[in-house]
Amino acid sequence: MDYFGDPAVWLPWTFASLMGLSILIYVVLDGFDLGVGLLMPLADDQEKDKLVSSIGPFWDANETWLVLAIGLLLVAFPPAHGVILTALYLPVFVMLLGLILRGVSFELRAKAPIAQKRIWNGAFFTGSLMASLSQGFMLGMYIMGLTWTLPHVAFAALTALFLTVGYSFIGAAWLIWKTSDKLQKRAITWAKGGIWGLFLGIGAVSFATPFVSERIFDRWFNYPEILYLSPLPIISGALVVFLWWSLSRLPLKNDRFSWTPFAAAVGLFTLAYCGMAYSFYPYVVPEQMTIYEAASAPESLFIILLGTLFVLPAILGYTALSYYIFRGKATELRYD
Amino acid sequence: MHFVARACAGKFATYITANKITIPNDTELTVDTLLLSRIQFGANISFHILFPTITIALGWVLLFFKLRFSATGDSKWMDAYMFWVKVFALSFAMGVVSGITMSFQFGTNWPGFMETVGNVAGPLLAYEVLTAFFLEAVFLGIMLFGASKVKPWVHTLATFLVAFGTTMSTFWIIILNSWMHTPQGYELRDGVVFATDWFDIIFNPSMPYRFVHMLLASALTVAFLIAGISALRMLWGDKSESVRSALRVGIIAGAGLIPLQILAGDLHGLNTLEHQPAKVAAMEGNWETRSNVPLVLFTIPDQETRSNKFELSIPNGASLILTHKSDGVVPGLNDFVTADGEVQHPRVAPVFFSFRIMIGTGMAMLGLSWGGLVLLRKYGAGAMPKLSLYAFCAMSFSGWIATLAGWYTTEIGRQPWLVQGVLATKDAVSDVPAGMVLSTLIGYLIIYGILIAAYIFVITYLARKATRGEPYSTRDYPRSGEAEVYALQAGE
Ligand code: HDD
Ligand code: HEM
Ligand code: HEM
Repeated sequence: MDYFGDPAVWLPWTFASLMGLSILIYVVLDGFDLGVGLLMPLADDQEKDKLVSSIGPFWDANETWLVLAIGLLLVAFPPAHGVILTALYLPVFVMLLGLILRGVSFELRAKAPIAQKRIWNGAFFTGSLMASLSQGFMLGMYIMGLTWTLPHVAFAALTALFLTVGYSFIGAAWLIWKTSDKLQKRAITWAKGGIWGLFLGIGAVSFATPFVSERIFDRWFNYPEILYLSPLPIISGALVVFLWWSLSRLPLKNDRFSWTPFAAAVGLFTLAYCGMAYSFYPYVVPEQMTIYEAASAPESLFIILLGTLFVLPAILGYTALSYYIFRGKATELRYD
Repeated sequence: MHFVARACAGKFATYITANKITIPNDTELTVDTLLLSRIQFGANISFHILFPTITIALGWVLLFFKLRFSATGDSKWMDAYMFWVKVFALSFAMGVVSGITMSFQFGTNWPGFMETVGNVAGPLLAYEVLTAFFLEAVFLGIMLFGASKVKPWVHTLATFLVAFGTTMSTFWIIILNSWMHTPQGYELRDGVVFATDWFDIIFNPSMPYRFVHMLLASALTVAFLIAGISALRMLWGDKSESVRSALRVGIIAGAGLIPLQILAGDLHGLNTLEHQPAKVAAMEGNWETRSNVPLVLFTIPDQETRSNKFELSIPNGASLILTHKSDGVVPGLNDFVTADGEVQHPRVAPVFFSFRIMIGTGMAMLGLSWGGLVLLRKYGAGAMPKLSLYAFCAMSFSGWIATLAGWYTTEIGRQPWLVQGVLATKDAVSDVPAGMVLSTLIGYLIIYGILIAAYIFVITYLARKATRGEPYSTRDYPRSGEAEVYALQAGE
């Protein structure tokens, strides 16, 4: 294929990559703040406030990556957008309710009378749980080709569970980085529990995926592709071993290396994601519609790309600025 | 695209057989799904618009409070800022989560929308996300929680960028919505819209009117909210400087803006007359195209008999308003029925009544704010008569009512079209089974009901707490230049 000459080829490709990138950023960033929400019931009342302050300044921007991803799907691959979202109608609804509950609880738990705080803490957890489970469920259904049969739904239920554990894990890793003392120690315990779920989850999905689709089986287990792919499982394995090792050693003096579990978790998420992306390319609806078949008119895509090239670096820049301003350990959230 | 639509329908057939769902017959399915999807979309967008309507203007008001404080050093401005920033944060969160719901609605309920007009709608939505949403979301964190972590000017800049971001959101989404009413700058190829001229698309005929009218609507909503809540606090006995100043700001802004809004609305109506005469005919409740059309103040439009019952009207009024001549010709609804009886105008009653609710609210705003202005000059903000304070309380959320009524006029008045003359609403709906739409609709309605109640409750609770609590003015706020000490505090 002529990748650079023909806009009908390179534009869909570029947009698939942009969409993939924003989904990945979303999964990592909202993954950690949904994960923190999932850990709420494990924390005592004072710690709950800490948990929320560790994500308070970020969650809104994190969620915007989801809006961007769904927006790119919508604008770049309109027919695929319709097929995917109508097929996932109910899980999408559950996710939206979850995101609504979580988002409003952020504000309401702090502003409503103290007596009602418990309710909104509960809603905060429930919302995070609904969003995580349904995202995992949608992931499973997507892998299974978006058809609602019993085995597929069972598989999706499994991915729902694993993604939720994965989010709790990266949430705990975030807390190790952003908190100190007793809470940090507890976060380390939480992370130790989560790592097994993460390991099993990535393993199970990787194991099942090639058996769902002959095409993916061929992509994985053919020479020489298998050679290019082999770094993914090897590095992932190394990261898991590293996490296991480092979690049993933390916290160190002067809080050194408290950021490493989070970084390793980001690494794991990224690798698993790359594996998925490799397996599904060039399909946007698995086995049904490729990115080239689904793409919008090149003229329209070009207009968007132009803007993206200017704006995306700025977005990344000021996002980084915000993480820089709120660097260090989480402190109480105040308006003054 | 048609192939795709069929593929999608095929998938549902599989889904439905796999789940043993029985469907009586095809037409019934679409009719129900269509109606329910419309109600669901209407419910979602109505819930969403409530909160942007507040944040768009409140962002600028907060910037104003902040700049007043920097300029005068009077801590009452900071007190006002501190109270209203909480309302802002809460409204913003509600707007964000309901907005996320909106962006999924297109795919889950209106796949035909994007398949047909995606080449126009897509770039507009993408620019909204890229240029507005990220800006707001990132700088919101700094605006809310960063005051002690950055220099004052950086914080002021963040406040500005948030306000600017909300205005940009409005700009892009209003372009899209206006284009759906007055589309141009496109061509149809095989039933799919392709953009030919982006300048024409962006500056489509109704865009400037709608944009201005919406910004003013937001400003009025906020003006009356501020006046109303401040009046409430006064009634509860809080006569502090900051509440008085806020009340003054609310009344003056309301009184100054409402005439502009009436003017903008009038111009907007003239524009609609040119491009969507059927909508204007429904707004006026006028059945026959003729001259000397009266302005109908109240009636019950009956679509069965195609006539008005119990009409109360001002002779020649509509002709005068719409054509500026007492014998001007105004279009009538009967022009929009085809020879074989197909009705191509919107349902009359909802358009007619929601239009009157908007105008009525606008008039009430005019009366109250100008009355308030007179009292303000006479007694000062601290000694306003009780009755007027009650009136302002009652009107706290009047902006919401007018705004919703206005949107219902606009949107229902566009029916049966989703994109005027290009795409009929019934052709865009997804074929999700009606039962599924019904269950999600009920789910949304319950949660929205709870959230609206919680929102209003919390705002009044905050007002009560602020009334009782120590004024913020007993604290020290850093001012520009003095704040280096604060810049490197906490969080390190
Ligand atoms: C505080 C809110 C508010 C107030 C007081 C008014 N409006 Fe309004 N109106 C809106 C808020 C609004 C709105 C929500 O912003 C709408 C819906 C769509 C739009 O562009 O603006 C609208 C729509 C709208 C339309 C329909 C436009 C169309 O055909 O698409 C007309 C003709 C008017 N307005 C006219 C008026 C007049 C003559 C008013 C004088 C009292 C008035 N509005 C007060
Ligand atoms: C924000 C205020 C808005 C309100 C309150 C509103 C309200 C409504 C309502 C009540 C309907 C249903 C009409 C009917 O059933 O006859 C509707 C339809 C619709 N509107 Fe709006 N609308 C708003 C803005 C927008 C915007 C900004 C867009 C596009 C970007 C939009 C796109 C649509 C679509 C896609 C439908 C569905 C089809 C239909 O039933 O007409 N609306 N809207
Ligand atoms: C179908 C139409 C609409 C869609 C798909 C939509 C989508 C969204 C989304 C996803 C957000 C959250 C952004 C974030 O993450 O920060 C949002 C917020 C916002 N929307 Fe909408 N929206 C629609 C209609 C409207 C309308 C009609 C207006 C105003 C006229 C509006 C103005 C805003 C503003 C100002 C925000 C900023 C956040 C806030 O103040 O709550 N939107 N919208």
